[in-house]
Amino acid sequence: MPAAKKNGQQTVWFQNPPVIVATATIVGAKEGQGPLGHTFDKVVEDGYYGEKTWERGERRMLAEVMQTAVSRANLQPQNIDFLLAGDLLNQIISANFTARDLGIPFIGLYGACSTMYESMALGAMLIDGGYAENVLVGVSSHNSTAERQYRYPTEQGVQRPLHAQWTVTGAAAAVLSRQGTGPVITHATIGKVIDLGQGDPNDMGAAMAPAAADTMARHLADTARQPEYYDLFVTGDLGVYGRELALQLMRQKGYDISTRFNDCGVMIFSPEQDAHAGGSGCACSGVVTCGYLLQEVRAGRLKRFFGLGTGALLSPVSTMQGETVPGIAHGVVIEGR
Amino acid sequence: MKDDQPLEIQKKQYKQMVDGVRPRPALARNVFRAFVVGGLIALIGQFLINFYQGRGLPLTEAGAAASATLVFLAALLTGLGIYDEIARFAGAGSIVPITGFANSMVAPAMEYRGEGLVLGVGARLFTIAGPVLVFGIVTAWAAALLYYFFR
Amino acid sequence: MLFLKAFIVGGLFCVVAQLLMDLTSYKVTPAHVLVGFVTGGAVLSAVGLYQPLVNWAGAGATVPLTGFGHLLAQGAIGGVQQKGVLGAFSGGLAAASAGIAAAVVFGYLAALAFRPKG
Repeated sequence: MPAAKKNGQQTVWFQNPPVIVATATIVGAKEGQGPLGHTFDKVVEDGYYGEKTWERGERRMLAEVMQTAVSRANLQPQNIDFLLAGDLLNQIISANFTARDLGIPFIGLYGACSTMYESMALGAMLIDGGYAENVLVGVSSHNSTAERQYRYPTEQGVQRPLHAQWTVTGAAAAVLSRQGTGPVITHATIGKVIDLGQGDPNDMGAAMAPAAADTMARHLADTARQPEYYDLFVTGDLGVYGRELALQLMRQKGYDISTRFNDCGVMIFSPEQDAHAGGSGCACSGVVTCGYLLQEVRAGRLKRFFGLGTGALLSPVSTMQGETVPGIAHGVVIEGR
Repeated sequence: MKDDQPLEIQKKQYKQMVDGVRPRPALARNVFRAFVVGGLIALIGQFLINFYQGRGLPLTEAGAAASATLVFLAALLTGLGIYDEIARFAGAGSIVPITGFANSMVAPAMEYRGEGLVLGVGARLFTIAGPVLVFGIVTAWAAALLYYFFR
Repeated sequence: MLFLKAFIVGGLFCVVAQLLMDLTSYKVTPAHVLVGFVTGGAVLSAVGLYQPLVNWAGAGATVPLTGFGHLLAQGAIGGVQQKGVLGAFSGGLAAASAGIAAAVVFGYLAALAFRPKG
């Protein structure tokens, strides 16, 4: 017998759609100069954010957005039932160490750059399942901590290829509640890990586009909806070329979403910023969703969108051993109320 | 691409799709920049050799002194955060000269300063320099042995 | 004239490396290029092709990392001539010692003196 709150193979629906009652965002200098700079709560000019290491700076950003989101929701940390968070660093130290300081029951998540949407989907399930009243979700990424872990030290002289992306520095957090006012999460579609054999660690967009297209098509099939039902499909960090690939893959699956499809990685930087194919990282979909997209929903300019976090599930070890890059995409439907 | 096809065929078709979308590197531009910057660094090296020779050093020592000077300059520019900007422009033009070798030592070493002097700085100095020395020394050793036995 | 030759030869080595990086798979990283150039330089030197290039183009041949390979190979071969088999071990590093020590010392000091900008 299929589960009571499940639609089709991969989609769950929420009986009482959980409410995104508060959000908070912080970004680095480069993101602040981008086209969405004005939509973020705070722009930090110093990559270290006054700390001794970049890793500590990243944690400070994550802790700050979480505290801000909780206080904007008029809650105290003890009112939060679960904290769901993750980041890109080995053993998700940013999330783990931030949770150490917050004292909220914590579930650490790793979905690479899809973690924001992964945590929103799980948080909504916890609430609608009756296991939580309030859930805090959050992610962070930092260009300098991620680049040196996954690629090269930042001061090393390398020429990035045109399809490379720029890891976003920043952090985002949201409080999901059973009741309250704000945009709501009505559905979540959990993605499958898909690998179509792309191995270039510089081309995350090509690695993740098949997963994104698969989750989008699966969501439409599971809900028996047409693309026109949504104002916008928005992926996390496919970048310029990954977005194009996802469009082509969707067309092959019989869906034309070209008039209503964007990507947070494309939106966050302008072409003059030398970010090549666009932004990436947990914070990319995190800050664009918790910043610009939810502001648009609250203002009524965006009625309903299907957002997807896209993750490239590689590690430096897997790359050096010549493995290809598996991708994943989790989506949630967010509606204005 | 149909989902019901075997994965290997999907991968092949997807590779074609990616090749059609992915931008080609701006080859002519990259090559030109690499040539100019790489040539300029060699030119500076030649000036340094002539300078040290003028100071009375024999050619071999002048060459060593010039290399050390270039290494110093590259370490300084890396520390100031300028060398990676040059390399973004110059590509191989700033990787292949000995300055690129110096940059590949300084960049990881300074970046891993937070992990301590021994396992951070000390070990990371040789992230790329280590392999370079290994292959250079082994090749030179093998060449010398061949020379010894077969000349 | 030597300056012009140094510029052209030094530039051409970088062109070869740029083509290697742009036209081959993503698996060819800058580290692979550097290792390849050192090895290639040592081989060219051992078969007697590199010294003429150094004589002709000066720094154009010694500044690229192939020159480092040349230095190692010539040192090792010279060591063999003077000291026999032991020289194959000691000669290479002895010849290249100034460059290596400079890179280690300046690298260490720079790592202490500077904080990366990111």
